[in-house]
Amino acid sequence: MKKRMLSIMAALCITCVTVLSGCGASGDGKNGQVIVYNWGEYIDPDTIAMFEEETGIKVIYDEFETNEIMYPKVETGASLCDVVCPSDYMIQKMIDNDLLAELDFEKLPNAKENIGAQYWENSKQFDAENKYSVPYCWGTVGILYNKTMVEEPVTSWSILWDEKYADNILMQDSVRDAFMVALKLNGYSMNTTDEAELETAMQALIDQKPLVQAYVIDEVRDKMIGGEAALGVIYSGEAIYTQRENSDLAYVIPEEGTNIWIDSWVVPKNAPNMENAHIFIDFMCRPDIALKNFEYITYSTPNEAAKALIEDDDIRNSSIAFPDLSQYNNLETFSYLGEEGDELYNELWKKVKSN
Amino acid sequence: MNRKKALQAPYLFWSIMFIIIPLCMIFYYGFTDKTGAFTIENITAIATAEHAKALWLSMLLSLVSTLLCLILAYPLAMILSGMNVSQNSFIVVIFILPMWMNFLLRTLAWQSLLEKTGVINNILHFLHLPALNIINTPTAIILGMVYNFLPFMVLPIYNSLVKIDGNVVNAAKDLGANQIQTFMRIILPLSIPGVISGITMVFVPALTTFVISTLLGGSKILLIGNVIEQEFTRAGNWYLGSGLSIVLMIFIIVNMVVSSIFDKDGEGAVL
Repeated sequence: MKKRMLSIMAALCITCVTVLSGCGASGDGKNGQVIVYNWGEYIDPDTIAMFEEETGIKVIYDEFETNEIMYPKVETGASLCDVVCPSDYMIQKMIDNDLLAELDFEKLPNAKENIGAQYWENSKQFDAENKYSVPYCWGTVGILYNKTMVEEPVTSWSILWDEKYADNILMQDSVRDAFMVALKLNGYSMNTTDEAELETAMQALIDQKPLVQAYVIDEVRDKMIGGEAALGVIYSGEAIYTQRENSDLAYVIPEEGTNIWIDSWVVPKNAPNMENAHIFIDFMCRPDIALKNFEYITYSTPNEAAKALIEDDDIRNSSIAFPDLSQYNNLETFSYLGEEGDELYNELWKKVKSN
Repeated sequence: MNRKKALQAPYLFWSIMFIIIPLCMIFYYGFTDKTGAFTIENITAIATAEHAKALWLSMLLSLVSTLLCLILAYPLAMILSGMNVSQNSFIVVIFILPMWMNFLLRTLAWQSLLEKTGVINNILHFLHLPALNIINTPTAIILGMVYNFLPFMVLPIYNSLVKIDGNVVNAAKDLGANQIQTFMRIILPLSIPGVISGITMVFVPALTTFVISTLLGGSKILLIGNVIEQEFTRAGNWYLGSGLSIVLMIFIIVNMVVSSIFDKDGEGAVL
């Protein structure tokens, strides 16, 4: 009974908040609206304007900083959305917890036609039958370094433990990414749930902490451009952008291997505008739109037709944007580790942070 | 009578909706586990090494900032209260002006001021002075707290100082008290309510902050506010987050009780 009362209260609160926030975003397009929940700075705003103009569907756009921040919002239904763009392991978690709707690929002709076969294949790691997700961006995680501040060639994650660079290292402030670095350094799988291996990784991160300048996410980019740090762990997509702004920067995939990730469009089960969600996803897969987005955010696109349209040869053949993956044999994709696995990682991460 | 009730309605709705219900939910989550069974584990979790350390560090940093605020604010409030009205209202405005800007923006500004390649270090470098390396340290967090919360200390002290009847001070001087005696025995005791409410108004937000420590501490320094925030946003463990919030509330309530003993008439309250 008590629990029921509580859920009623919670529902009341949530309705109230949604009604209030709904008011703020009033004014649907003539064909309704679509609520998009995406990573920060992960789309060219022009494409949204084009979408609104062509389809008459109003886009309500919201951003998140990490998968972990996005998940509870979608799970509790606190913010209803139609299209979300989580990463691989988070999509798997959402599928496992029955939060996603199956996509109707009849309504996604551009996606079927333009997304490269290898990306559908890679997606099967988290979406076994390619039923729930449409790849949007992919890439690797590596070390971005400033050539004027780092003398030796950067080849290994171990340089992030070099005391020479104390207070000059930027680490990712998200639990899986930080542990990936420490696990790979020690030659373990980044999807391990073995406690001994994780303890080793945690100890490595604790040892590293005095050398770390700050744990940041999106700020890595600006800090590296500004010359604030010598080395930073960064997503490959950001690397191209930072090089454009500061030519002293270089990006490496360390020899111990790294994370190869895919961020894909998915539609939550409780999406209020299912139809528009499909229209939006398909629009994003149109070659000209995908190209626009690639040029704006510089994250590798799985859209083969868009890649063919890239005019700059340097970019089309860039080893950062489109690396030849066959030369690496130790790339992995994050998988969902279950609730217990998540808890274990969080627990250990908290120990690192409080140390 | 009925009209009075009608006027109360919005406030009643407000407090039920945004104070009572959320509080009940915090207590519900704080005392249950994932299966919904009663537990006090979320409360006792404060004793684990990470949480206790975060709480201790928060207490320490907020105490230091409160003390610094008090040291800075009291003389300023004295100066302000000694001025005539037209002058001091101008200075009060100057003082409050930064508060019209968003608190996050002002803290972000400190970040770019203090950075290694930031404004302050560029100036120091230009003058051939040694660089200032306090970004991402507890010192930077204290600086952020003092900067953000100083007005909350100045205003209540100023309020209680201007309320002191000038005749009382004149009487003391008349009876032969010197400057120091007048201050120690008349002005200071009469301004205590303001000091106490200033302390509460600085200490409580400083104790619970997580934004300042994230921005100026580079996420390297985990305060209790950060722990709670991360339980909610990243770890998705609302139960533990609520439990720790309850523990934090206890510390705040203790602080409030102490203040109310000193500030019986609520004289120093400005907000």
